[in-house]
Amino acid sequence: MDAMLNISTLHYLVLGAALFLLGIIGVLTRRNVVIVLMSIELILNAVNLNLVAFSRYWQSIHGPNALHGQIFAIFVITDAAAEAAVGLGILIAFFRNKETVNVDEVNLLKW
Amino acid sequence: MVFLNNIWLIPLLPAIGAGIMFFFGRRLQKSTVNAVCVGVVVLAFLFACGAVLQYNTWADANNHQPFQKILYTWLGTDTGHMNYITKGGAQAAFQADAGFLLDPLSSIWLLFVTGVGMLIHIYSTGYMAHEGGYYRFFGYLNLFMFSMLTLILANNYVLMFVGWEGVGLCSYLLIGFYFHRKSASDAANKAFIVNRIGDAGFLLGMFFIAWYFGSLRYVDVNHLARSGQFQIGDPIITAATLLLFVGASGKSAQLPLYVWLPDAMEGPTPVSALIHAATMVTAGVYMVARSNALFVLAPTSMKVVAIVGALTAIFAASIGLVQNDIKRVLAYSTVSQLGYMFLALGVGAFAAGVFHVFTHAFFKALLFLGAGSVIHAMSGEQNMRNMGDLRGRIPTTYWTMFIATLAIAGIPPFAGFFSKDEILWQTWTSEGGAYRILWGIGYLTALMTAFYMFRLIYLTFFSKPRMSHEVEHHIHESPSSMTVPLIVLAVMSLFAGFLGWPHSLGGSDRFARYLDPVFARGEAKVLVEEGRAGQLAAGEKEEEHTSPVEYALMGLSVLAAIAGWMAASRFYREADKGYAEPIDAASPAVYNTLLNKYYVDEGYDYIFTGRKKLGGARLGVMGLGEASSWFDSHIIDGAVNAAGWITRVTATISSWWDKWIIDGIGVNGPPIVARMLSYPTRLFEWGLVQWYALVMTAGLVGFVFYYVYR
Repeated sequence: MDAMLNISTLHYLVLGAALFLLGIIGVLTRRNVVIVLMSIELILNAVNLNLVAFSRYWQSIHGPNALHGQIFAIFVITDAAAEAAVGLGILIAFFRNKETVNVDEVNLLKW
Repeated sequence: MVFLNNIWLIPLLPAIGAGIMFFFGRRLQKSTVNAVCVGVVVLAFLFACGAVLQYNTWADANNHQPFQKILYTWLGTDTGHMNYITKGGAQAAFQADAGFLLDPLSSIWLLFVTGVGMLIHIYSTGYMAHEGGYYRFFGYLNLFMFSMLTLILANNYVLMFVGWEGVGLCSYLLIGFYFHRKSASDAANKAFIVNRIGDAGFLLGMFFIAWYFGSLRYVDVNHLARSGQFQIGDPIITAATLLLFVGASGKSAQLPLYVWLPDAMEGPTPVSALIHAATMVTAGVYMVARSNALFVLAPTSMKVVAIVGALTAIFAASIGLVQNDIKRVLAYSTVSQLGYMFLALGVGAFAAGVFHVFTHAFFKALLFLGAGSVIHAMSGEQNMRNMGDLRGRIPTTYWTMFIATLAIAGIPPFAGFFSKDEILWQTWTSEGGAYRILWGIGYLTALMTAFYMFRLIYLTFFSKPRMSHEVEHHIHESPSSMTVPLIVLAVMSLFAGFLGWPHSLGGSDRFARYLDPVFARGEAKVLVEEGRAGQLAAGEKEEEHTSPVEYALMGLSVLAAIAGWMAASRFYREADKGYAEPIDAASPAVYNTLLNKYYVDEGYDYIFTGRKKLGGARLGVMGLGEASSWFDSHIIDGAVNAAGWITRVTATISSWWDKWIIDGIGVNGPPIVARMLSYPTRLFEWGLVQWYALVMTAGLVGFVFYYVYR
């Protein structure tokens, strides 16, 4: 129980930052679009974690009804689902054209 | 006055006939065509007789003025829109009436045109009975009568010109009646084109008259011309009359425009008789006689007329000596006789010229109709070398033609004797001096005329039969529709001359007296006092008529006629197959020249038509055509091509300018600059999404650091 109580908001934020960093690294370094998408999910979830952590902190000050952060996290999850759907749709169209899912082989987005 | 006041009906009647043939002719029976076309001409003849009789009584009461009937203003207006300034500076309206004028001159033409025309219409019903295009033929004939009567009865030069062109058209249509024959359509074209040359002269002469006198009515022009206000030898009147004479020499087949008339024999024989012997070809004589008031003011023109007439007379007669085609002999004879008429006009003996027109109409129409009857009997054969001994087989034709030959040869008392003798006498007495040469030419022509006419008679009706048995078997006298006109014309050939029985033979020369008002001896007296009496009035010479010289000349011309007859008799009386021509025997070169008509047609081909090349160069009309063609293809087209070339060069320059300067600098320049300027910036955009994300992240990190640690 103690151990649980010692887990402060800071810990959550550190975990979230770690997740976020992993996500960023994944997005920037991986060539496979699927993995990039997954990394984006990681980033989003890092944000969710932050939101939830701040919501918990906020409850300790303003009472149990201060749930804004958690509601926001649910929105982000919904948004992530939509984003994944659109992303995968683009991915399939992309694959049909290029027969590849490597993001560095698609460099049309220039000039 | 009913005939006189409705004189416009005379030309209208044949016009109606022609109109009916034009619209309904194809569907009509031959008998209906006969009834209509011959009917209208008979009516016109009767009407003309009535009109002339009434005119004679009217003229006695009206100082022998011409009778004018003006229906309306046909050309021009009264509003002054077609006014012009005459040479004298006055305003004049360019106007022509649909007006008719009857005076002794037009009366004579009216009577013989309708009379001979009527006989020839009747004759044609027999001659053309088996031909195709029957209604067409009669429609053309009626149209011709309409045009000729318009020409005669017009009261001004313009309406006369309408008739003049109308007869030219009908002549063309009828010469080319057998249009499926190339020679006929060629001859028709030739007649039309040669006549156009004359017509151009007529038109110009007419314009001169309008410009100088301010009117085109005969009455006005004659009145002014006789008023004494113009000098004899006035250059403009001389020019006008010379141009009118060009017109006359086209229509009346004088040198050098006579070439169409012999070829016109391609038409059916009645046409040759009506148009190319009796009536149309005398239109030129009519026109000159009609303009006598002008011609007496232009002695130069009179000389030209006389000389051209005399030369034409002997020229055509000499060709006629050796021709073998029966119709061609008559054609050259016609040209020659027309020459006589102009000779008479040219020496101022207008009445004598008109008298010869009058008698010639009968005996020449008779000769042509007789020739037609011979051709009819000979199944279409026209070459006299293949005829002979026809007198017993077609006796009516023989007798009538024989009378006509006596008439044309000038054997008294036939018609030709009086008129021809009058012309020769007037030529002899006109001016004396060099004019005696013209008499000599006329006399020689008379000799030749007698020779070639009796040659025709002997080769056709006497001598040995030279036709094939086939043809000989078919020889038959023509039907009465053809022989009756022959007989009537023969009677006229015998008696028409009596109208001009001269003083010297105890007559009163009624014909010339009748014409006196036209040739205005009374009015001309004013001018006579100024000199040149011989040019002016034949009447002045009447008093000399009883001189012994006249009897001597008369005797000489009879002698010439007899001599020609005897010579022809000697050479051709016994002509058998392959007979020799005496001229050929004497001098083949002369004979060939005459047989080939002095090579005039060939000469014209070289010089005027350009059908043949003269020394590598083409002259004449076709030469002009070639030159124009060359001019067109080289100069005009060259200019066109040069213009095109210049356009192309400027277009090339313009295109280069557009492409390199406008497009290159103006249009493409700014984008090039923009492109060059944009080059560094676009290096940032290289298309790798992850790179963009990296930059974004770096930026984000940078901002965070900046805010946290500043």
